[in-house]
Amino acid sequence: MIAWRRHRWVIYLLLGLASAVFLLPVYLVAVTSLKAPAAINLANTWSLPEAWHWQSFADAWTVFAPKLANSFTLTIAATVASALMGSMNGYVLSKWRFPGANVVFPLMLFGMFIPYQAILIPLFEFLRSIGLYGGLTGLIMAHVVYGLPITTLIFRNYYAEIPDEMLEAGKIDGAGFFGLYGRIVFPLSLPGFVVVIIWQFTQIWNEFLFAVTLTSQENQPITVALAQLAGGEAVRWNLPMAGAILAALPTLLVYVLLGRYFVKGLLAGSVKG
Amino acid sequence: MKLTRDRWTAVLMLLPSVVLIGVFVYGFIGQTAWTSFSDWGRVSSQALAVDPEIELVGWQNYRDLFTGFIDVRFRQDLVNTFFFTIFFLAGCLGLGLGLAFLLDQDVKGEGFFRTLFLFPMSLSFVVTGTVWRWMLQPRGGVNVLPTTIGLPAWEFRWLTDRTQVWRFDWNALPGMTGVLVAVVLAGVALASWRDGRRRRAGVALASAALIGAWALTLGRSVALLPYPELHGFNLAFIGIILAAVWQMSGYTMALYLAGLRGIPSELREAARVDGANEVQLYRHVVLPLLQPITLSAMIILGHISLKIFDLIFAMAGADNATTDVPALLMYLTAFRANQFSKGAAIAMVLLVMVAAVIVPYLWTSLRGETRR
Repeated sequence: MIAWRRHRWVIYLLLGLASAVFLLPVYLVAVTSLKAPAAINLANTWSLPEAWHWQSFADAWTVFAPKLANSFTLTIAATVASALMGSMNGYVLSKWRFPGANVVFPLMLFGMFIPYQAILIPLFEFLRSIGLYGGLTGLIMAHVVYGLPITTLIFRNYYAEIPDEMLEAGKIDGAGFFGLYGRIVFPLSLPGFVVVIIWQFTQIWNEFLFAVTLTSQENQPITVALAQLAGGEAVRWNLPMAGAILAALPTLLVYVLLGRYFVKGLLAGSVKG
Repeated sequence: MKLTRDRWTAVLMLLPSVVLIGVFVYGFIGQTAWTSFSDWGRVSSQALAVDPEIELVGWQNYRDLFTGFIDVRFRQDLVNTFFFTIFFLAGCLGLGLGLAFLLDQDVKGEGFFRTLFLFPMSLSFVVTGTVWRWMLQPRGGVNVLPTTIGLPAWEFRWLTDRTQVWRFDWNALPGMTGVLVAVVLAGVALASWRDGRRRRAGVALASAALIGAWALTLGRSVALLPYPELHGFNLAFIGIILAAVWQMSGYTMALYLAGLRGIPSELREAARVDGANEVQLYRHVVLPLLQPITLSAMIILGHISLKIFDLIFAMAGADNATTDVPALLMYLTAFRANQFSKGAAIAMVLLVMVAAVIVPYLWTSLRGETRR
C-alpha cells in the first residue's frame, strides 16, 4: 500500500494518456475546420493551420443554418410534449396505482429498447397515409411517442421519492387528482424536468434513423445533412468538420453546463434509476 | 367516493400514452410481423403501388435470409454484429472499469477528467462518425500520426480494408451453436453442484450431454446450404469498434464510478485491517460488488450494439458491404430497394435478438423492485 502511494504519478500518467486519446479527435476536428481547403492534405493532417481559415464556419453556416433551424424546431417541440406527458404518466404510475399497472408499465418501457426498424415500415406507411410524411410534424410525432417510455420512467422514479403522506395531507384538504398534481407534485418537479428535458433534447437532437427515413430534403435535421455532406465523394474536409462542430455544439454546451443532470438521465436509462 | 373518481381520472390521464404506445409499438410490430410473412416488394411492380396486391408467403422471407443464395449479405451481417458486439462490449467494459479505478484513487481534478471521458456521450453518432471517418483515412489521420515524431506511417486501410479472419462455414453454425449451448449448460451444472443443488445440476448435465452429443454427431451433418459458405470477422470493423468505444466507454466509467462510490468505506477498511493489499482488496472485495453493474452495462451496451446504425452510416456509408450490419441492411432493403417484406423480416430478426437481451432484464429488475 505504501508502495502504491509512492507511485501515484503512474495514475496521473495513465489519466494523461487517456485524456490525450480522448482529445485526439477533438484536436483534429479543430485544426481541420480552420484550414483553407487548399491547405488540407493527408500528409499534414496533424499540423496546425498556417493561416486561420474562419471562412469554413461561415460556409458551413450557410449550408447548415436551415437544417439547424429544423433541428431546433423538432427538438424543442418533441422535448416539451414528451416531457409534459411523461410527467403526467409518472404521476399516475407512482401515486395512483391501479390494477394492471404492473403489466402496463413494463409493456410501455419495452418501447424504448426496441430497434425502431421493427416499426419503421408501418410508421412510414401511416405518416404517408395521413399526409405527414416528409414534414417535421410527422417526425415530431414519432419522437414524442417513442420518447414516452423514458420520460415516464424518469418521472415515475422521481415522483416515487415524494412521500405519500404529503399527498394524503393534500387529500384531507380536499384536493383531487389535478389539485394534488398542480399544488404539490408539479411544483416539486423542476429537477425532474431538468433531467428529462436535457435527456430528450440530447437524444432527439442526435437522432438519425427516423430523421433519414421520414423527412424530405428541406425538412432534414442537422444530423442527416451532416451525414450526406461528409458521405459525398471528394469533399473538402474543412466543411464537414466545421459542420460537425456546429452540430455538436448545442448538446455539448448542455452537457458542459448541466453535466450533473445529464449523467442522472444517463443512469436512469438503465431502468433501476 | 371522491377517491374512486380520482382513480378513474388517473387511468383516463394515462390512457392516451397507453393507446399511443399500444398502436405505435405493439400494433406496428404486429404489422411488421405480418409484412414479413407477405410478398410485398418481392414483385417490384407492386412495391409502391397505391393498392398493392400482397399475398402471404409464410416463412419464405426468413428461409431466404438464413439459407437463400442471394441473401448471403444478411448472414455476413449477423456475423459482423456478433464480432462487433463482443469487441465493443469488451472495450467499453475494460476501458470504463480502468478509468473508474483510476478516478477512484482520490485524484486531483477528478471532475475535469470525468467530464472529459464522458463528453463523447453527448455527441451524435453522426458527428462521431464524421470525425472518425476523417481520422481513419488510409493515407492520413491516425495512420500518419507516427510520422509527426519521425516514425514510418501505418499502412492499415481501416474502413476500406477487405481482409476477413476467423472464417467458418455457415453450415457449421448449428453444430457450433450446439457445442456452445452444451458448454454453457455444463457450466450451469458445475455451478449448481457447488451450490449443493443436486437435482438442477443433474438436469443441466443431462441436457448438456444430450445437446453436445447431437452437435458432434447429427448436428455436423445439418446442411443449411447445399454448398460451403465462408463468413468471418471483417477487419474493416476495427475502426468502427474504436470509434464506438471512444464514444461509449464514458458511460461504463460513470456506471462503475457510481458503483465504486456506493461501496461503504467501512468495508474497504475492514479488508485492509485484515491485511489485504490494494490488489487483493480490488479482486476480492470491490470487483465482486461491481458484478451487477457489469451485467446491466452489458445489457444496455449489448442492445445498443445490436441496433447500431447511425455510426456506421456516417463513418463508412450505407453501401460499404464489409461494414454492414442488419440494422443498415434493413434500411437499404426496405427504403432503397422497396423490398418491404424482406426488410420487415430483417427487422423482426433484429427485434427478436434485442428482446432476448432486454425482456429478461426488464423482468428481473422490475420484479426486484416490487419485492423491495
